[in-house]
Amino acid sequence: MLIPKNYANQMRSRILVKVVESFYKDRFESADEIPIEMRPKDYDSSRCCIYKDRAILKYRMMAAMGFTPQEETNEAKQLKDYGKEALKRQNHAKSCLAVIDIACSACVKSQYMVTDACRGCFARPCVMNCPKQAISIINGRSHINPDLCVSCGKCLEVCPYHAVVKLPVPCEEACPVGAIRKDEHGVEHINEETCISCGKCLQSCPFGAIVERSQLVDVLNLIHNTDKKVVAMLAPAVVGQFPFEINQVVGALKKIGFDDVVEVAAGADVTSKNEAAEFIERMKEGKSFMTTSCCPAYYRAAEVHIPELKPFVSNTKTPMYYAAEMLKKEQPDCVSVFVGPCLAKRSEAEYDPNVDYVLTFEEIGAMFVGAGVEIGDCEQAQFAKVSSAQGRNYPLSGGVAGAVGNLVEGEVEFRPERIDGLSKENIKLLKKYATKGSENNMIEVMCCEGGCIAGPGCIALAKKAARQVETYVAQGVNQKDMK
Amino acid sequence: MEKIQVKICAGTACFVMGAPQIQALEFSTPEDLADKIEVTEVRCMNHCSQGKGYNKGPFVEVNGEVIEEATMEKVITKIRDLIAKEEEEKC
Ligand code: SF4
Ligand code: SF4
Ligand code: FES
Repeated sequence: MLIPKNYANQMRSRILVKVVESFYKDRFESADEIPIEMRPKDYDSSRCCIYKDRAILKYRMMAAMGFTPQEETNEAKQLKDYGKEALKRQNHAKSCLAVIDIACSACVKSQYMVTDACRGCFARPCVMNCPKQAISIINGRSHINPDLCVSCGKCLEVCPYHAVVKLPVPCEEACPVGAIRKDEHGVEHINEETCISCGKCLQSCPFGAIVERSQLVDVLNLIHNTDKKVVAMLAPAVVGQFPFEINQVVGALKKIGFDDVVEVAAGADVTSKNEAAEFIERMKEGKSFMTTSCCPAYYRAAEVHIPELKPFVSNTKTPMYYAAEMLKKEQPDCVSVFVGPCLAKRSEAEYDPNVDYVLTFEEIGAMFVGAGVEIGDCEQAQFAKVSSAQGRNYPLSGGVAGAVGNLVEGEVEFRPERIDGLSKENIKLLKKYATKGSENNMIEVMCCEGGCIAGPGCIALAKKAARQVETYVAQGVNQKDMK
Repeated sequence: MEKIQVKICAGTACFVMGAPQIQALEFSTPEDLADKIEVTEVRCMNHCSQGKGYNKGPFVEVNGEVIEEATMEKVITKIRDLIAKEEEEKC
């Protein structure tokens, strides 16, 4: 289960703010004081002690500066030095999610447990059906030996008293592709080869043990320590992320030093156009269905985990791609920074020469706070290009298919279906479509349930954000009526 | 009985520091409180601007009393306290 807002998530925002604050204060010279400031001597620790808290905070700050815990070669290296190193690097490190091993509480090794409801019955089907002989009777009750248990769940199925319960490992349960697994000590590790960077583990870990390499410091450095022109490309989900008019958010971005701000929704209009043309072509060729391709986590999932689905995935590029292409054509020397709700966009950007950096809404929020910018006090600024209503609707589940449907109307039959959230079950469903075909011919896949407005880089409440997006959509014009 | 005023700050600092979590109150008010509170979203209340005040955000005001580092839990506890106090005064 995803816990949209909780202490662990809140901590992430706080750390990002601290890192920005430290950048402005003295370029990280006193960064090592932050973990101590945040967990002073008399603080009531949420773990074993404040000293462990501080050690974990250090790893969180490292991640915010662009280093994973695994990159630590010398434990004595100070945050100050990581900060300095971050300010020196020319290119940001490869995007990556990682587990802070000392923060992972190594949640339950065996996922099944016998509760007090066990009556130690005569039939003992659990003992008999356990394929690993992991169950023995202790004091008249069944007991599972966690070292032998392989979490198959047979015992739960056969117990007539429902005395066996399944204990989830939140991160493993959330990961749709089985990319996060325990090592022999029960601590989780992410497999970079199979991870689709969806961020679900990060959102679901109740200990906040999962971090992601940020590019925040790199962008701050570009803005303040170079004379490069830095341009923010705002993903359509931005509307609704801050409780202000979008034009004021644009003004605030300019105030913290972005030279220009462009709207990715304008790129979404190109995606809709190309995808509609591709859809018509494929349907005329007699293909049974096509899926969207603008969610990078889904795109990668199809590539790595559902190869049989690949021929059905649209080849049209994402709104980010087209927006960046347009931007670099107009301003070839600028540094482009995509700002969005998504962690998978970071890996998508690695293959896109026109996108230089990727930040999340949470990270720009932290930039505002750390730089002392109140959006409400900022001048209103306009986007250079106007986007259509359909382009603005991309971040809501159903938006992409809706935009394509709007353009193919009357040309071919259009039967849309939404896969709202890439769960384990939905991956199975997609596999089935790939081999057995599907009733509907346009399948929109969004990895995050609810669409991009519920992405791991968002800060607003998805419900509220959705309302704001809907209002903004209503103010746009139909793409068909645009020149 | 007058409704208890819950003001959730939605200034930039409070919002980034976690105000959205408390905004959930607008969507899922505990049943017994539903007709006793009035939730409003307000602009920066200037609690954040003194020193590094935003580090103590998000701020919520319940009948004028300021809650620092507010969470859903803290806000609901405060509301319940106020209701209990009012009822006591009635007797
Ligand atoms: S949910 Fe978090 S604490 Fe639990 S095993 Fe996974 S990473 Fe570790
Ligand atoms: S695929 Fe998603 S849930 Fe699984 S490890 Fe990667 S980011 Fe985490
Ligand atoms: S932003 Fe909440 S008090 Fe200023």
